[in-house]
Amino acid sequence: MRMKRRSGAILALAATTVLVASGCSSGGSDSGSTGDLYKNPVTLNWWHNANQAGPLQTYWQKVADDFHTLHPTVTIKISAIETNDMQRNRIPAALLSGNPPDIFQSWGGGETQEQVKSDYLKDITADTKTEVASIGPAANIWAVDGKQYALPFDFGIEGFWYNKDLFTKAGISAPPATLDDLNADVTKLKAAGVTPIAVGAGDKWPAGHWWYNFAVRECAASALTNASTKQDFSDGCFLKAGQDLQTFLATKPFQTDFLATPGQQGANSSAGLVANGKAAMELMGAWNGGVMQTLTPDQKEPTFLSWFPFPSVSGAGGSQTTQMGGGDGFACSKKAPAECVEFLKYILSPEVEKGMAATGSGIPTVKGAEAGLADPVLQGVAKATQSAGGVQLWLDTSFGANAGTAMNDAIVAIFAGKGTPQGVVDALKKATAR
Amino acid sequence: MTTTDRSVSLTGRAHARPVRPAPSGVSRAARTRRKWYEIIGLTGPALIVFTVFVLSPIVFAVYYSLYKWGGYGWPTDFRGLDNYFGEYGAFRDPIFRDALRNNGIILVGSLAIQGPLALAIALLLNRRFRGRSAFRLLVFVPYVLSQVTIGIMWQLILLRAGSANVILTDLGLGSLTTGWLANLHVVIWTMLFILTWTYTGFAIILFLAGLANIPDELMEAAAIDGASWWQTQRHVTIPMLGSTIRIWMFLSMIGSLQVFDVLWVASTPAVRSLGASNSMATYMVDHGFNQREWGYGNAVAVIMFVISFVAALLFQRFVLRRDVDGALTGRKS
Repeated sequence: MRMKRRSGAILALAATTVLVASGCSSGGSDSGSTGDLYKNPVTLNWWHNANQAGPLQTYWQKVADDFHTLHPTVTIKISAIETNDMQRNRIPAALLSGNPPDIFQSWGGGETQEQVKSDYLKDITADTKTEVASIGPAANIWAVDGKQYALPFDFGIEGFWYNKDLFTKAGISAPPATLDDLNADVTKLKAAGVTPIAVGAGDKWPAGHWWYNFAVRECAASALTNASTKQDFSDGCFLKAGQDLQTFLATKPFQTDFLATPGQQGANSSAGLVANGKAAMELMGAWNGGVMQTLTPDQKEPTFLSWFPFPSVSGAGGSQTTQMGGGDGFACSKKAPAECVEFLKYILSPEVEKGMAATGSGIPTVKGAEAGLADPVLQGVAKATQSAGGVQLWLDTSFGANAGTAMNDAIVAIFAGKGTPQGVVDALKKATAR
Repeated sequence: MTTTDRSVSLTGRAHARPVRPAPSGVSRAARTRRKWYEIIGLTGPALIVFTVFVLSPIVFAVYYSLYKWGGYGWPTDFRGLDNYFGEYGAFRDPIFRDALRNNGIILVGSLAIQGPLALAIALLLNRRFRGRSAFRLLVFVPYVLSQVTIGIMWQLILLRAGSANVILTDLGLGSLTTGWLANLHVVIWTMLFILTWTYTGFAIILFLAGLANIPDELMEAAAIDGASWWQTQRHVTIPMLGSTIRIWMFLSMIGSLQVFDVLWVASTPAVRSLGASNSMATYMVDHGFNQREWGYGNAVAVIMFVISFVAALLFQRFVLRRDVDGALTGRKS
C-alpha cells in the first residue's frame, strides 16, 4: 500500500512538472505605445503566402529589407507558407497559442470576423484612414462593425480567361455579354471540336465559383449581406442559383472527368488545359495569368490569352453588373508593436504597391499603383474591377470556412449529378450546427 | 511475485538482474523500496513522454469532441455527444458512413487480395533460382517509394488520356476504359488497386523473413517422406508461417483503418467529399482542418481511435494470443 501511494505521488509530481513547463513556454511580446515608435529595436514576424520562388517572393524580401534600411530599429523576419496550410492550420494554431506572427496574410470576410470576435486583431482604423480612402469600398471586406482590421494589397474580380485563337477558330467574333451568348459560344466551340470550358472541380472551390456567380446574378445585395453576416440563407435566390447551374450543366460545357481535374496543379489542371490550348476558357480569379505562366512549357503567359467578365443572366433578380472577386491583405495581431501598423502602411504606399503590380502577381489596391501593371490582360481586369457595379467577396470566404466548405461540397454534388439546388441551401443551414 | 516457477521466466523475458541473496542487515522492505526507485527511475522518462504525447492528446481529443469549436479561442459551446450521435453527428452523416464503408472495403480487400498474392510470390521467391535477390529487391520497391510519389504516379497513369486507358485500348479492351479517378463507382477500387500494388511488397518481405526461419530439416524430412513441393508448402511451410501471417494481418488491418496518404494524393477533394474515395482519416482532416470543425474533427478522431483500438484488442485476444503469450512474464498459473 505504502509503495503504491509513493509511486502515485511521483506520478503526480511528474504531471505537475509537465504542466508547469508547458505553461511557461509562451511569453507575449509587449505592445509598444505610439510614443516610442522606432525607439526600441523590434522584430516583426511576417507571414505571407508567396512560398514558391518567384517574383513576388523576391519582392516581399526587398520590401522587408527596404523598410529595415528606412527604420533600422525594425527587423523583419519572413515566413513564406503555402496558402491552405497557413490559412487553415498555421494561423489558427498560432493565434490560439498566444504567440502569433505580428503581421500575417488575411483574406477578409467571415474569417476576419471570427478572428475579431476572438480579439486577435489590432484595430487599425485611426492609423490607416488615408490608405482606406485610397483603396475605396474593397477595404470594407477587411473591416468588422465599421472598424478596420487589415488592408488588402491586391484585389481583383473574377472572369473568364479565354483563348482568342480558339474563339476565332470556332467563329466567335466577340466575347459573350449574356448567358445566352455564352451558351451559343459553347455550342460553336463544341462544333469546332474544342472543349468549351475547363473547370477544376476536383478542388471543389473552382466548381463553387460557378454557383457563386449565379448567386450574385440572382440575389439582391441585401440577401448576400444577410447570408454572410447573419448566416441567413432563406432567400429564394440561393435556390435559383443552383437551378441556373443545373440548367447550365445540362448543356455539358465542361471537359470530361472534371471531378478528377485539379484547378492549378500540372498541365492537366483546368488552368493547364487552357494554358496549353486544350480548352477554350476558364472561370477564375485575377491570379490565373500568374498560375498559367507556370504551366506552359516556356513558363510564359500564353499570347492567345484574353479576359471577359461573367456575363449577365436575363430574368435574374440580382445585380447584373456586380462581380465576384477578392484579394489578399495583411493584418496585425493584437499584441504586435506599433511598428507593425507602420510597416503595413508602407506596404500599402503607392510606390511599394506599384512594384507589387510590376511582378504581375495581382492588381494593386491603392490609387496610382495600377500604373505598375505591365501585363495587358491584368490591365483589362484592373479596369473592369474599377468599373464593376459592385464587388461581392468570394462567397466561401465571405461565409467563413465552415459554411463555405459545406456549400462547396454541396455544389460539387450538383456537378457530379448527385446533388440538388436545395441540397446547397440545406448544407449552408446545416454547416452552422457543427 | 514469487520465484517458484522458474520455467515461466525462461519462456519470457529474463529478470533485469539476477536475484542475489540479500546482504545481511538490509531489510526486505528496504530492498523492495530500492526496487521501486529503480522502476520509477527507469520508466519515468518514458512514462512522461507517453503521458504527454499519447495519453493526454487522447484525453484532450475526447474533451474537444464534446464541443462545437472552430479553433479560435477556447471551446465554450458544449454540445455533449451531438458530434457523435446528434442530428448532424458523424454517425448520421452519409458521407462519414461512406468513409466507414470505404475503410471496410480496403480492410477486407487488403487481407483477401494481398495475403494470398504475397504468400504465392514469397513461396516462389523462396525457391532457388538465378537472380533471386534482384527479384526480391524489385518486389519491395513500391513499398520504399514515398506515398505521395505513388499517388501522383498513379494519378498520371490513370488519367482519362493516361497510359492505363491507352494500353487497354491497344489491347482491344477499349470498352473497359473509364475515368479511373473520376467515375464515382470505380474510384475506391482504383484506390484498393494502388494500395495492393504498394503494400504487397511489404507482406512479401515479412513472409520471406518468416520462411527463412523455417528449418531446412523439416523440408528435408518431408522430401524423404516423399512429399511433393505442393504438399510441403501446404502441410509444412504455411503452418510454420502462421505467426508471421497473423502479425501481417494485424498490421494490415490497422493500416487499413487508418489509411490516408494515397487517398489524399491520388483522389481529388471533390471525389472524396462525395464519399467515393474518402476514409475516416481523410474525412477527419477535411472536416477538422479544412472545414474548421475542430470539435467535430476530434469526434471523428475519437471514433477512429475506438474502432482501431477495439479491433486491435479483439485481434490480440482471439488471433494473436498464441504469438504474444510468450512475451508476458509470470502470468501463467
